[in-house]
Amino acid sequence: MTDNHDHGPDDEHSELSEMETRVRALQSVLTQKGYIDPTALDMLIDTYQTQVGPRNGARVVARSWIDPQFRDWLLRDATPAIASLGYSGRQGEHMVAVENSAERHNLVVCTLCSCYPWPVLGLPPVWYKSAPYRSRAVKDPRGVLADFGVHLPESTEIRVWDSTAEVRYLVIPQRPAGTEHLSEDALAALITRDAMIGTRLVEAPAAQWRA
Amino acid sequence: MSPYTTHADLGGLPGFGVVAPEHEGDLFHADWERKTLALTLAVGATGSWNIDQSRAARETLPDYLKLSYYQIWLAALEKLLRERGLATADEIQSGILEQFPLAVARVLQAQAVTAALLEGSPVQRQPAQPARFQLGQRVRTRSKVVGHHTRLPGYTRGKQGLVERVHGVHVFADSHAQGMGEDPQWLYGVVFDEAELWPERTRPSSAQGLKVSIDAWEPYLEAV
Repeated sequence: MTDNHDHGPDDEHSELSEMETRVRALQSVLTQKGYIDPTALDMLIDTYQTQVGPRNGARVVARSWIDPQFRDWLLRDATPAIASLGYSGRQGEHMVAVENSAERHNLVVCTLCSCYPWPVLGLPPVWYKSAPYRSRAVKDPRGVLADFGVHLPESTEIRVWDSTAEVRYLVIPQRPAGTEHLSEDALAALITRDAMIGTRLVEAPAAQWRA
Repeated sequence: MSPYTTHADLGGLPGFGVVAPEHEGDLFHADWERKTLALTLAVGATGSWNIDQSRAARETLPDYLKLSYYQIWLAALEKLLRERGLATADEIQSGILEQFPLAVARVLQAQAVTAALLEGSPVQRQPAQPARFQLGQRVRTRSKVVGHHTRLPGYTRGKQGLVERVHGVHVFADSHAQGMGEDPQWLYGVVFDEAELWPERTRPSSAQGLKVSIDAWEPYLEAV
């Protein structure tokens, strides 16, 4: 899913080579010291590259769209509701779900570092960890949304959740009109990572085809 | 003692430019980033420091703002290893073993990775005393700057807000980061109005305005 975006040997900057060398040296000495099991490193990487990512969160959101009882549970006590679908653990030990509506749009940030709900969204994207997003989300969220091409009506309140403790936030985007006939799987396929952070809206299939 | 300086408290600061969105699959931009993530998690699992101590190690890097995110993680990992005597600067640079290893509490084995990630490290604890603040109560955040790792963002210091959630009793990051144990404290969701956070603003950013919530431990708060 991601590997073809990597820098190949041809466009590798000398800085990248320097970083590769530095990390290799560190891994080597930590292995010799017996502090790490090198095969555990591959397992950790594989987990976040192929198993734990935003498709998990999309399944949570899609379920909440079609199952009112699950939605209520998710909004009331998100951690066990999410765990009931098999998603739990590191950086998602204490979950809160917040729901978008015509009246309120939710946006999640961590101004102090990069706190992010790993079990449902995987690892955070570079922009989420970057100074532009972290500095502006709490002061000019409409400006941030504009960077993503999103423009909300004046009548919508923006609520920003700054993840300053170990509570992690998942945005439940609004279900687009015209998706009443879609299955849970088809709904999940519409739900993007960014929509579950709050920087995009979920678009109906027709709108996606036009884009 | 040298003053504690964080370079990571970015909320509301000007001048960082626009956000550059990325595709959903773009997780890593070089192989060393993958390895840095994995090394950080694997060495973290040895129990040689806690998550708040690793956040403190990252945010105090003098060149924090010049580094990419995984460069920050790598530099902080190297710093913690040196500080704890787990590896020397020479060993980290050369990759060649020079000193005997120290004993660590545990080594994360490959077959234990999935279970360890699924379990995580919950930080909620049993309350030792009742919560001091109630839902709907007005509170004011601490205004003074403290000389250690803290999770009260600068832009919310000395501000009035409303208690909107009571999360329970959680490990207190400030104490935990200073090696003073878990010191569990009540944790609250506190919401602030736009006008309180950004008083220099002459009009709200939209008809319905903006509200910002943080999670604040009880020692950050006083009754209004």
